Amino acid sequence: MSATVVGQSSAKPSEPKNYLNADHTLKSWLLSVDHKRIGVMYLIAVTFFFFIGSIAAAMIRYELTSPKGILLSSEVYNKTFSAHGILMVFQFLVVVVPAVLGNFLIPIMIGARDMAYPRLNLLSLYMFITGGFLILASFVLGGVDAGWTFYVPLSTISETQISLCLVGIFITGFSSIFTAVNFIGTIHKMRAPGMTWYRLPLFIWSHYATAIVVILGTPVVAITLFLVVVERGFGFGIFSPELGGDPVLFQHLFWFYSHPAVYIMILPAFGIISEIISCFSRRPIFGYRFVAYSSLSIAFLGFLVWGHHMFLSSQSVLQGIIFSLISFILAVPSAVKVFNWTLTMVKGSVHFSTPMLYALGFMGLFVIGGLTGLYLASVDTDVHLTGTYFIVAHFHYVMVGGTILAYLGGIHFWWPKMFGRTYSEFWGRLSAMIIFIGFNLTFFPQFMVGYLGMPRRYHYYYFAPEWQFYHLLSTAGSTVLGFGFLLPALYLTYSLFKGKKAGPNPWNAKGLEWEYTSSPPITENFTQPILVTDSVYDYNPAEDSKMYEVDEEATVEDMNK
Amino acid sequence: MSHSHTKETDGPEVYFQYEDIEQQQETYLVGMWSFLVTEVMFFGALFLIYTLYRWKFHDDFYLVHEQLNWKMGGLNTLILLTSSFTVALAVHFAQKGNTKLQMRCLFATILCAFGFLAVKTFEYGAKIDHHLLPNHHFQYGHVEGEEEHHVESKWDKMLPSVLQVEKKEQHGNPQRARLFFSIYFTMTGLHGLHVIIGIICFTALMILIKIKSSLITDYVPTEMVGLYWHFVDLVWIFLYPLYYLIPK
Amino acid sequence: MGWGIFQYNPIPDQASAHAAKYDALFWTISILTVVFTLFVVLLILFYAIKYRRGTKVDRRNPMTHHNGLEALMMGVPLILALGIFGWSAKQFVEVRAMPKDAMEVFCIGKQWMWHFQHMNGIRENNELHVPVGQPVKLTMISQDVIHAMYLPEMRAQYHVVPGRYTELAFTPTKPGRYKILCAMHCGTQHSEMVGQLYVMDDREWGEWLEKGGNKYKDKPLNMVEAGAQVWKDKGCGNCHTGLDNPRAPSLVGILGKTRTMTDGTTAVADRDYLREAIKIPHNRITAGWENTMPVYGSTLTETQVLELVEFIKSLSVSKGEFQRTDMAGSTAASDGDSTAVDISNKGSSAGNAQFRSSEER
Ligand code: HEA
Ligand code: HEA
Ligand code: HEC
Ligand code: CUA
Ligand SMILES: [Cu+2]
Repeated sequence: MSATVVGQSSAKPSEPKNYLNADHTLKSWLLSVDHKRIGVMYLIAVTFFFFIGSIAAAMIRYELTSPKGILLSSEVYNKTFSAHGILMVFQFLVVVVPAVLGNFLIPIMIGARDMAYPRLNLLSLYMFITGGFLILASFVLGGVDAGWTFYVPLSTISETQISLCLVGIFITGFSSIFTAVNFIGTIHKMRAPGMTWYRLPLFIWSHYATAIVVILGTPVVAITLFLVVVERGFGFGIFSPELGGDPVLFQHLFWFYSHPAVYIMILPAFGIISEIISCFSRRPIFGYRFVAYSSLSIAFLGFLVWGHHMFLSSQSVLQGIIFSLISFILAVPSAVKVFNWTLTMVKGSVHFSTPMLYALGFMGLFVIGGLTGLYLASVDTDVHLTGTYFIVAHFHYVMVGGTILAYLGGIHFWWPKMFGRTYSEFWGRLSAMIIFIGFNLTFFPQFMVGYLGMPRRYHYYYFAPEWQFYHLLSTAGSTVLGFGFLLPALYLTYSLFKGKKAGPNPWNAKGLEWEYTSSPPITENFTQPILVTDSVYDYNPAEDSKMYEVDEEATVEDMNK
Repeated sequence: MSHSHTKETDGPEVYFQYEDIEQQQETYLVGMWSFLVTEVMFFGALFLIYTLYRWKFHDDFYLVHEQLNWKMGGLNTLILLTSSFTVALAVHFAQKGNTKLQMRCLFATILCAFGFLAVKTFEYGAKIDHHLLPNHHFQYGHVEGEEEHHVESKWDKMLPSVLQVEKKEQHGNPQRARLFFSIYFTMTGLHGLHVIIGIICFTALMILIKIKSSLITDYVPTEMVGLYWHFVDLVWIFLYPLYYLIPK
Repeated sequence: MGWGIFQYNPIPDQASAHAAKYDALFWTISILTVVFTLFVVLLILFYAIKYRRGTKVDRRNPMTHHNGLEALMMGVPLILALGIFGWSAKQFVEVRAMPKDAMEVFCIGKQWMWHFQHMNGIRENNELHVPVGQPVKLTMISQDVIHAMYLPEMRAQYHVVPGRYTELAFTPTKPGRYKILCAMHCGTQHSEMVGQLYVMDDREWGEWLEKGGNKYKDKPLNMVEAGAQVWKDKGCGNCHTGLDNPRAPSLVGILGKTRTMTDGTTAVADRDYLREAIKIPHNRITAGWENTMPVYGSTLTETQVLELVEFIKSLSVSKGEFQRTDMAGSTAASDGDSTAVDISNKGSSAGNAQFRSSEER
């Protein structure tokens, strides 16, 4: 991206100060309103929640190695998968990309000095942490056994700590609403002069779409869960079938948010992939506008398909068919993205760096995850698959194989920018491959066992011991996968202290964050105000590739004729 | 870092992330409107629940709503409409820079808000005395062994006679009644919570203006709290007819 | 015996009329999935390798957009998706259309067991016996939380919801023993809410029926008889008689009729309507009468309501029991749940898979 620096006169001598070493006291971190510091604090917080959620996942997997269970009682098993789902969804996946990378990058990418509302941003962080700790407290004080979906009447009659947990989720929900409000304000009003909508990086587009989904969807789930709290706490009976209330209404309201929520999880990941693919193919994204608009249309259509989680919940056949149809149509914008990313490599200069490996892994796994979503979107096939491990496999493919791989790719991509140091490429590539293999080994067998009829949220399957084989594969895979997730945590931490200095633009990438800030950036991001003059992603693949050609013979000349 | 330190005039302060005051103000309003969209969805879900149940149990809802005191609700509607007006004036004076009148209007708004809560206290108190709070004490309609289900409430008696309404028999299905009151208390309760938040915001605003805090430099904070307050009013404008004035 | 998965079929048994059609669709989508996945993956690999940094290929004038190509990228998936959708929707309509000639079985889900009630009065817990080739329709309701009746080998599943009836139909085509699972998380012992579905050939079915399907000495009351008993106990006949009268409307042949309410709306008297009319009658008042009917909501169990409805279905103007009970000499009213049908399974009926399946293995 070309831009010029205006107001040369006010140029200061550049100093080695940056946002990390601007101030060293603990208070200067905890009360910082700097979007970059907030992003880093989020990074620590979500990593913490992820590892707790993962330990629950490990417990699930080891329990399932035997048809009769080996580790947990029924009650504890229910609490385990609930804890796993709740932490992973509400405390990790919904926030991870926007809160860490979004917070850090959005202002820099659009040429702003900070978020629109820095103090609100800090408030979001603390609400997120408060919510998280309330949720953890509810697990410690007795656990939650209704799954992450909290279907009534189960969640209203259950005697576990559901109320406390829901209050936690409520607070986390408002944290993400505030973050989204911040994003909308920032993207609308804080763009540097010359940064028109079509010059925005696609990362920004997808975060903008995400923010819209958040402000429309999250309040609905907040109020829905609040009603469950009221029902449990005060004995009100809004969904209670005894009073004539409708338990299925809860599902409608829940999925009205929670389907769009899956796009809250995946859209920011799409943004990351667009950035990585274009940088390591040294090419502008193919079909920029289509990719940008597909984010918006996914955000929009995403609100019309919630009923596909409820095909068998006693909604009418017609409703089922309509929701099914829209779900199929919704697959098209995703297809556009996948194909456009693929075509971006044409005539590019592809470099298999660690982020690129994650991005390519993402594409493969997301395609499988998305296409298996179509088995579920198709009403008739869903009849047999809903409530089975097929769904578990589907959503881990899109959530872990999709979002987490993209997130890891993004973290590796922007790590030098965030901390000014590079990590070991060898370990990076190795861990990307371990994760890819471990992931497939974990979740592919779940498609098969799901098709055979293994219901989810079961920890006994003594009635079908032949399924053990698939579960063993899956557990073995999850061990590999867990190891793969541990690796980046180690070598990235190591690089913070021992990594090589990165320089402002180690990837030689385009974009304001690479070209006009130091690594790590200074507190105000830019030394001078920015004026954007040219379109985004102005790479030159031919030139780039030339630098790496091994033998310089005349053939190049021939081809260039 | 650029403009914030160099105050050209004694005009409003611009935070370092903004270029100029216009950008700052517009950004604030964009944020406020996005937040209001969120609030609309928040209450929207509740209105949806209300609509579905009223549709399904129309007759019971009609019979049960007669237990609500429409005069009190009407009084509250008047109070809130007045407060909307005073808030609009406050914003107007804030734009004109007339701090004195602005403060007076804000004060009047806070008074209205407290008035609203006072009226609600009477209503809630009476409902609780009548065992209409839908918890396990809930009782509706004919009770075994009692001639007629009739509980006196001191809250009712304290009301001036213009505000009292004729006591209606508790007709209709008791379970639907409980459903009705569950939604009623949830929605009006959440609305009341919003009123309380409004009071806190107004008070904070007034204190900040009083101490000439650097946070308040122009009319925008007043306008934002005002927007919020209009929204709270608007919710009540829907709640009132939906609960107190259900037609047969 | 093979090894690992290879000794088992990777496809669950196809034991219902729908299963084969289901699998046809399932595998068609699978083929599409594999084709698309391979297509995308190979394309990625091809481009990534061909254009990897440092290769000598023509990189001039890279294309940044191409509307025709975009249309193709959207059009082909859209058409395929719509094709699959059409196929799937058609089959869904088929399975959700309840067969007219079906054998009806009532199913009540509760934490954590399945209770079945055959038309002829046979009751079973966690086990269901059905004859082969005969369409079966389950009419289901839950007593507590939401469950899901899942019959993997029948490719059939539907939720069992408290407060309303749901239906599930399937036609077993292969005798054998199959799984009944609960596929909706319903609390602590969700994973033990499993049972067995026995599909029997005609001879076995005949024998099973002969034995009354359970350990009861007496032949149990059938649904209509049980319903008649409730009708008597509750004194419904005090008001409802063969013809409309000032006290109450006649219920003869009511099922399926369109009823007009006092507020002018109309409703078709299906099973849900009748249940509502009995349990919460004041919700909708039939035009021409007032809300004088007692509320039976808490005094009738779900089974009793099912039985009543069956009884109402059997009514005709001439039937003897359909007279004012005060004239016919009424029976003494009894307490809420004294019918011959014991839903709590005090008499421990047909069998309990929970305790049997482990012995059988
Ligand atoms: C990141 C999260 C994420 C994402 C992105 C998706 C994406 C999709 N999901 Fe998924 N889903 C979940 C997370 C996600 N899902 C979760 C968590 C659940 C379970 C919740 C629970 O019950 O606990 C779930 C459950 C779920 C169900 C409910 C199943 C049930 O309960 O019975 C359905 C049904 O329609 C569904 C469908 C889809 C579809 C159609 C997409 C589409 O968006 C996918 C689109 C992508 C593609 C199609 C691939 C790319 C396209 C091509 C390669 C071109 C070729 C395309 C065609 C030929 C059309 N999902
Ligand atoms: C972001 C979302 C996310 C992520 C990342 C994961 C990650 C994983 N999940 Fe999870 N999962 C969900 C979201 C997610 N899941 C949701 C929403 C549900 C539904 C819940 C519900 O039904 O309510 C679910 C349910 C679910 C089930 C179904 C449970 C059931 O229905 O009975 C299973 C079973 O295999 C499973 C497995 C795994 C595994 C193996 C991983 C792996 O990727 C995890 C790998 C990580 C590790 C293994 C740990 C890392 C290493 C350490 C911390 C060191 C210590 C570890 C060891 C000593 C082993 N998950
Ligand atoms: C005191 C009189 C009385 C008794 C006893 C009574 N009913 Fe009714 N029933 C009525 C009246 C009056 C109506 C019409 C008004 C209405 O729809 O509620 C009615 C309506 C009905 C309807 C709806 C019919 C329609 O018009 O659509 C059904 C079904 C029904 N009753 C079944 C029963 C059953 C079963 C019992 C016994 C358990 C019973 N009733 C006992 C008075 C009675
Ligand atoms: Cu019943 Cu799960
Ligand atoms: Cu969905």
